[in-house]
Amino acid sequence: MNEQALLGLADDELVLGWRDSEWTGIAPMLEEDVAFSSIAQNEIGHARAVYELLAGEEGDADALAFDRRPEDYRCAPLVELHLLEWAHTIARRWLYEVADEIRITALKDDSDTAAAGLAAKIDREEAYHRMHAEMWHEGLRDEPRFREAVEELWPYALGVLPGELRSELVARVGLAEVEAVERGAHTEELAPLWEEMTMVRRSAPAGAQW
Amino acid sequence: MVAATQVWEALEEIPDPEIPVVSLVDLGVIRSVDVENGHVLIEFTPTFLGCPALEAMKRAMEEKIPGAEVKVIQDDSWSTDRITPAGRAKLRAAGFAPPAPREASAPKLVQLQANVFRCPYCGSTNTRLENIFGPTPCRSLRYCKNCRQPFEQFKTI
Repeated sequence: MNEQALLGLADDELVLGWRDSEWTGIAPMLEEDVAFSSIAQNEIGHARAVYELLAGEEGDADALAFDRRPEDYRCAPLVELHLLEWAHTIARRWLYEVADEIRITALKDDSDTAAAGLAAKIDREEAYHRMHAEMWHEGLRDEPRFREAVEELWPYALGVLPGELRSELVARVGLAEVEAVERGAHTEELAPLWEEMTMVRRSAPAGAQW
Repeated sequence: MVAATQVWEALEEIPDPEIPVVSLVDLGVIRSVDVENGHVLIEFTPTFLGCPALEAMKRAMEEKIPGAEVKVIQDDSWSTDRITPAGRAKLRAAGFAPPAPREASAPKLVQLQANVFRCPYCGSTNTRLENIFGPTPCRSLRYCKNCRQPFEQFKTI
């Protein structure tokens, strides 16, 4: 996986971690409040590890995470969407986990041993996110509201993966391949998220201490 | 000059920041200690990548062993299987059910829902999964139907 793809992975995990953390305190039930908070924490941990890998020992992972302009992020539009509606939130979680599993599985066999080793570690943690997503998917798969949310987000889900990995996603999700909402362009929802996410960092350019 | 055994002894005195009944050595997160010409190199593996205790653990090691270099290894070399038998006993005594052994394939939801996890209070396996997630990334929540006590179950990683 090249550097741009790894940066895409880190940005996906950072931004989705941010979005999932928006449920902290307001999820429809306490168990999901705990689950989304924990999943978000793991995702941001994965993002940090990949930024550290990309930055190298002398580099600054925080600078990579927070000092770019919103248009320079490589995240997929799927993770940017501000979806404070439960059916769409669960549909995104499930679609993202299916796509991410395909991507992480491929990365585990990468010739870059540091990236492959990190992918193996991430994969162990993601197993629990997949269980959570699958549990919800099994419960809601026949509900029209959930089906509609999945179909609406499907072009975005395809955009998480590079072309060569999409056929597996198509097979696993069971929907026909359509034109993907590709990585590179951003939704309008990224800029406000970026404003909030980088606010502390920008307020203390010399480095915040606490 | 400091010897590797002294470094291990010092590390045994550093408690886990979130579960202070176990030390970093009990948790199995110290992969290696190398001492060469007075320079101490500690290789350390995080439990979960998003664990906020990671920085605290690194700092505690650097304070306990002045001059030591702590290298964080971010690969799959840590598993909950590396928690020592002493560490597992201490966890159980503190009300945390130790993790099940790691298997070749990732754990599945049906396994977590099975009646094989033992309550750390009464020892019954008549327990049910309440939540895959818990107060920290490394724990799930279970409920013991025998002694009617909720408890925290370490996830297998």
